[in-house]
Amino acid sequence: MSDRALAVVRAGALTTVQDLGRPGHAHLGVPRSGALDGPAADLANRLTGNPPGAAVLETTVNGCAVRPRSTVTVAVAGAPCRVTVDGRPVAWGAPVRVPAGALLDVGPAVSGLRSYVGVSGGIAVEPVLGSRSTDLLSGLGPPPLTDGTVLPLGRPTGVHARVDVAPQPAPPAELVLRVTLGPRHGWFTPEAVHTFVSRPYRVSPASNRIGLRTEGAALERARPGELPSEGMVLGAVQVPPDGRPVVFLADHPTTGGYPVIAVVRAADLAAAAQAVPGTPVRFVAVRRR
Amino acid sequence: MKVLPVGEDALLVEVSSGDEAQALHAELLRRRAEGSLSAREIVPAARTVLLDGLDRPRRVAAELTAAELPPAPPRARAVVELPVRYDGPDLADVAAHWGVPEREVARIHAGTEFRVAFCGFAPGFGYLTGLPPRYDVPRRATPRTAVPAGSVALAGPYTGVYPRSSPGGWQLIGTTDAVLWDHARVPAALLSPGTRVRFVPVEPVGQP
Repeated sequence: MSDRALAVVRAGALTTVQDLGRPGHAHLGVPRSGALDGPAADLANRLTGNPPGAAVLETTVNGCAVRPRSTVTVAVAGAPCRVTVDGRPVAWGAPVRVPAGALLDVGPAVSGLRSYVGVSGGIAVEPVLGSRSTDLLSGLGPPPLTDGTVLPLGRPTGVHARVDVAPQPAPPAELVLRVTLGPRHGWFTPEAVHTFVSRPYRVSPASNRIGLRTEGAALERARPGELPSEGMVLGAVQVPPDGRPVVFLADHPTTGGYPVIAVVRAADLAAAAQAVPGTPVRFVAVRRR
Repeated sequence: MKVLPVGEDALLVEVSSGDEAQALHAELLRRRAEGSLSAREIVPAARTVLLDGLDRPRRVAAELTAAELPPAPPRARAVVELPVRYDGPDLADVAAHWGVPEREVARIHAGTEFRVAFCGFAPGFGYLTGLPPRYDVPRRATPRTAVPAGSVALAGPYTGVYPRSSPGGWQLIGTTDAVLWDHARVPAALLSPGTRVRFVPVEPVGQP
């Protein structure tokens, strides 16, 4: 392998390669996948001079550590964390030069869940159906990082941004998700629909890249049974038999049989990606634009 | 035909049968190909077609509500033949549900022309229709934790082939060596919505 590569020293709890995902293949049962916090991944790329579709690393909870074989520019965005190069603190949310052979350590998230590590040139693993994203539901794309993995890097194409620290939204203390009702809110009692948009929920620790699970009041169905399988969209709020809403995130299944009570606005899903278990969640009904 | 808005830029079009859903899917693909419909995803399912990533969802909804559904398109596509051994562990249970001897299951199944109604569950997993309703079977009461890749299976009105090993509750009637999904191949999926399929026994059906 050439020296355009990154050796994984500490993979962390769950670190995956992510880009814009592989939309357009849902009819084959292929999830869209892609970075959960899209704006953060985009910022990591802009800071390092990469085009928007370049692949970055998405960490979960406790970061990761990597050693580039050649000198690169990196930027860490998303969940705030301590970033060091060979033990010396460097900026989070800004371009940082990492010399060949130095150790870049992305520390545990101080708040939020997922940090994004952009590297000049981008992670250049072989794309699958046009994307380098790891899809945890279907197993497409590269497997999650393990200690010792060596990832190829692409050739840098741009010049990194000249900023000290880029402004980023703080991870949410309360997750407010704007929803439009339907298509299957008629499958729930009017009281359940009212409960859904008025009572507080909490982020469940069982959440993952497939869905943000919630804890709170169970939503009562007006009619029993399952729907014949139907297509699912990103942000769909599906209600399984336990009555607790699940918000579909990037690795969601393309079809499903549990009724979708509402759909979360796409712009609110980045915050959902950063909401730690226990975070209060409010679903707020809004009119369709 | 009922058009339900889904979020900000998607529509779920609901029809009354699987055949209508397949016809609608074919018509929507035709419109996208000719440029009169702009949709990122067109996802057929059992009784619906989902249109996702629409530029003008309200306008598309109005057009669809006003539209007559054209008849199902002619079956112009070639038949994909899947070699199969009818050796699944649930063959006896399926025979009991159907009220026929075991070897009749193979004869009936191999004598049916299937069509991929839709895909889902896993990349390359098709929900195949074609068996008459009297051959519907329930899912297994206890799903298996690992169903081997290539398993040919039945559930409800559908036949499916597991593209890779995964948990599953379908009734296993046979196995195939066909590669349902290979992302290095073009196209990656052997079966896509609308594909016609026949199961061809590797060994003559009805041998002792």
